[in-house]
Amino acid sequence: MSPNRATGLAQIALPEPAGQPTWLQRMRRSALDWVAENGFPGHDDEDWKYTRLGPLLAIPFELAQPIDSSLTASALDVLVGNCGGPRLVFVNGHFNPQLSSLTEIPKNIRATSLRTHLHQTEESGASRLFPPPQNSFVALNSAFSEDGAYIEVPPHTTVERPIHLVFVTDGPADAAPILASPRSVIIAEANSRLTVIESYVGLRPQVSLTNAFTQVILEAGANVEHYTLQNEPATAMHLGMLAVHQPAASEFSSYALSLGASLARQEIRVALAGEGAQTQLRGLYMPRGRQHHGHVTSIDHQAPGCTSRELYKGVLDGQSRGVFKGKVVVRPGADRTDANQSNKNLLLSEGAEIDTRPQLEILADDVKCTHGAAVGQLDEEAVFYLRSRGIGQKAARDMLTYAFVSEMLGLITIPELKTLIEHAVAQQLEADSTDDREKTLAGEIRSR
Amino acid sequence: MILKIENLRAKVGDKEILRGVNLELPLGQVHAIMGPNGSGKSTLAQVLAGREEYTVTGRVLFDGEDLLTQTPEARAFMGLFLAFQYPVELPGVGNLYFLRTALNSVRKQRGLEALDAVDFLAFAQKRMDLVEMDRSLMSRSVNEGFSGGEKKRNEILQLAILEPKLAILDETDSGLDIDALRTVAKAVNALRGPDRTLLLITHYQRLLDYIVPDQVHVMTEGQIVRSGGKDLALELEHDGYLADAPDHTLPVGGTP
Ligand SMILES: Nc1ncnc2c1ncn2[C@@H]1O[C@H](COP(=O)(O)OP(=O)(O)O)[C@@H](O)[C@H]1O
Ligand SMILES: [Mg+2]
Repeated sequence: MSPNRATGLAQIALPEPAGQPTWLQRMRRSALDWVAENGFPGHDDEDWKYTRLGPLLAIPFELAQPIDSSLTASALDVLVGNCGGPRLVFVNGHFNPQLSSLTEIPKNIRATSLRTHLHQTEESGASRLFPPPQNSFVALNSAFSEDGAYIEVPPHTTVERPIHLVFVTDGPADAAPILASPRSVIIAEANSRLTVIESYVGLRPQVSLTNAFTQVILEAGANVEHYTLQNEPATAMHLGMLAVHQPAASEFSSYALSLGASLARQEIRVALAGEGAQTQLRGLYMPRGRQHHGHVTSIDHQAPGCTSRELYKGVLDGQSRGVFKGKVVVRPGADRTDANQSNKNLLLSEGAEIDTRPQLEILADDVKCTHGAAVGQLDEEAVFYLRSRGIGQKAARDMLTYAFVSEMLGLITIPELKTLIEHAVAQQLEADSTDDREKTLAGEIRSR
Repeated sequence: MILKIENLRAKVGDKEILRGVNLELPLGQVHAIMGPNGSGKSTLAQVLAGREEYTVTGRVLFDGEDLLTQTPEARAFMGLFLAFQYPVELPGVGNLYFLRTALNSVRKQRGLEALDAVDFLAFAQKRMDLVEMDRSLMSRSVNEGFSGGEKKRNEILQLAILEPKLAILDETDSGLDIDALRTVAKAVNALRGPDRTLLLITHYQRLLDYIVPDQVHVMTEGQIVRSGGKDLALELEHDGYLADAPDHTLPVGGTP
């Protein structure tokens, strides 16, 4: 290993510990020490091989501060959609009660800011929320996380409307580069059911890094549907880790969308720890220009009779780069595992590149594991067919590209979200691929 | 003359597929091109529609305008339509959406207003009735999982919707059973008119029993080698020229 040590990130000072429990201060300190000691992943790290971290690590970030955002709740409806349920909004990682709508939260559900929760919690109760550091960016999040959501659904409870978590970066365009570290915890107790949406957006073309960490802890028979929608401005970088723990007969599904940011990487780790657990990971990434979108998944079949399904699709244009890395481990004893992985990519330009890499480690018997990866271009015969019907060259190509993506859009179960994403995807496709992706969402809101 | 083809040649690599085609199609008539497999009939149709993979020389006038320099979509705007021998499947592209987009694109070029979804559906349903097309096919992806006959009907539906001046039907009869053939022929006959020319490409004379042509042309080895009235088709079938023997010689009327 040659960990990447020469970096500004590990040298950021810890924030003032005002009002924090001492166990939390201690934990932050040791997480930062761990980062200082272990550094960041280098080129020889399998998981980061295709993601150029060098430029990011050289940026002198400052911790994001809570600010008086010019954002309004109705502007948020346009930006991230209004799904009719509770909405918790975090600006630069800090909870913003004015923009949030908490009145929609059903009585028996706990949905609050993680900071509030931690400040009321003993160390023993919070230890599972801070596992020992293993990963530089998660440790960095442990050290610096300002806030995030804490959601706890009691047994046998169904939450009807999705809970929407919105993470916004905002600040003057000429501000120093900022680091925001949202951290959320979702606990679904036995046989409960809920949907959580995480939207990541930015208001200004300002250099920023969002380093997010979300834990989803299911109990037996629980069912969680999760969305991560990343559409940050072109000047933003985004690193996200979703860690999911699934005991017996639990069901989890995730949907990871990457549209924005110059560099974005979404990682998901699922532990199938109890018999008969089922997990479904779906993803769509559409980098263009010089964008880099990476999706790394790892599914750990620890118990017998679990099912995992993965479908990721990518549409790459311009000089962009995409990475899909899907690891499936079937541990000894995880018999009757049923795992399927599929990654399909459409390259729209000569300059775009995709690295797709399945990785299967099968250590059990009686296992059904399949995977497939495809990289292709638009079918020229299909383009000609459309053109012969009077549909112009660009419209024909867009139509076929949209058709490739439409399978993924069809998987979105929340109508308001589906409409929003359909628009965002169409917009991403229609924009000329030679344009620089200067998408200031703030400007977009103002022009409406 | 809606179409005037002069010494049209088309190559792929070193292979010359069309070797000097000459043909004139007057407006309002129905012509047929017959000929054995591999003689270049589909290539002629594809070249006229603007397929880019061929190196093309010669001259084609469409309604007096040069055709070969036009993009495929511009040819559609001018009023050219090709019903494909092998229609492409477009998974994820809804059939109704596709048809409406195509029609509105053509209407825009003709200075007409776009039809909204409701108006279009009303218009399209009349055309579907004409080709006796199952309504359920409209909500599916274009041609995806369609039977051979359903694909051909979908081509004729597009013809009925786009209302071109010249429609080339490439082997529209192949893969159709006799009932489907009758239906399609009835629809095509209903689309005949003084402002529309049809060019039927087939290698069976069967289709011509239902859609009676004004003229029949014979193509072999990339050339039109013979032309005549509708009886020529019968004569050819009787003489069995359609056998695909490579060195078979035809009762050729005149070669260049
Ligand atoms: N794109 C192509 N590349 C190579 N050969 C082709 C191509 N298109 C047609 N051909 C060849 O040209 C000849 C004529 O084909 P085609 O026009 O399909 O004949 P027909 O429709 O009369 O059966 C055939 O030998 C065919 O293999
Ligand atoms: Mg043919």
